[in-house]
Amino acid sequence: MSAETTHSAVPAIDEKAAHDGSVAHEVSDKQYVVIALILAALTALEVAATEVGLGSILIPALLIMMAIKFFIVVSYFMHLKHDSGLFKFSFYAGLGGALVLYSVMLATFHFFIS
Amino acid sequence: MSDTTIEPPVTAEPEAPVGYDDGQDHLGLVHHTATGLSNTKLAMWLFLGSECLLFGGLISTYMLYRNRQASAIGPDQLWDIPFTSATSFVLLMSSLTMVLAVSAAKRKDERGTRLWLTVTALLGGLFLAGQVYEFTVFYREGLGYTTSLFSSSFYTLTGFHGVHVAVGIIMLLSLVGMLAKGKIVGDKAETVEMVGLYWHFVDVVWIVIFTLVYLIPA
Repeated sequence: MSAETTHSAVPAIDEKAAHDGSVAHEVSDKQYVVIALILAALTALEVAATEVGLGSILIPALLIMMAIKFFIVVSYFMHLKHDSGLFKFSFYAGLGGALVLYSVMLATFHFFIS
Repeated sequence: MSDTTIEPPVTAEPEAPVGYDDGQDHLGLVHHTATGLSNTKLAMWLFLGSECLLFGGLISTYMLYRNRQASAIGPDQLWDIPFTSATSFVLLMSSLTMVLAVSAAKRKDERGTRLWLTVTALLGGLFLAGQVYEFTVFYREGLGYTTSLFSSSFYTLTGFHGVHVAVGIIMLLSLVGMLAKGKIVGDKAETVEMVGLYWHFVDVVWIVIFTLVYLIPA
């Protein structure tokens, strides 16, 4: 931890916290287990979809389930949903930048039309 | 001019216990930094944002080269989806044990924290063992690192992820040792959370790799 960082346990009504949009939020251990079960179920669903073969909707379905799992972990396990806007920006700027950059790169190589 | 100045009312801020002031901004805690946020946490989120660019590059390179096989050995002949699904499940469950470790750290339950961190490291080790086994099988099938563009990009992508898991395991075990010896300086819960953020990110990257590399047909 940085030496210059000191803390005070101020409730969520703090002005700065309110400005950042961060609110006091505690997820219980039971809720974490439920979230993990949802993630496991989605993984099972993904594998089942691949085994069954859904034709032309297989790839969109897999991508949607992947995105749901991704955002569940980031939002709840990494607590980003209830965290400061600056933390959200730091992560999503990297993620968004990567998506745009590599989509352009793949498009340059005709990935989406071949 | 009056020498009387109006002072804002001073309210006593409740002090968090020493060593357990967890810096959880999502819980409404305030840090006395320029941003009012934990610098450590901000640095970790920036690092994870930059990691998105690293893995984005590796994933898109693999997507470009996945059909470039010099020989007949390609993804469809090699993948063992039930096995990889099992290892993916193991890594997913390690994210649960990690978040339980963070939760225990916030409750100041040091024994619980060490226990869940150890379980997380074990699950990570199991995942890594599965990956080593998978690589060994592929190599015996004739898929070397330089066999084709497909194999090079596949081993580079999954290998980079494996290295991240290995680094995570080292961080977890170091943390367990440091907690046991009381060598964590400052905020213990925040330290556990920082390792947790890294670990969850490794899991999130695997969620993407599992779908794009293993499940989507070439």
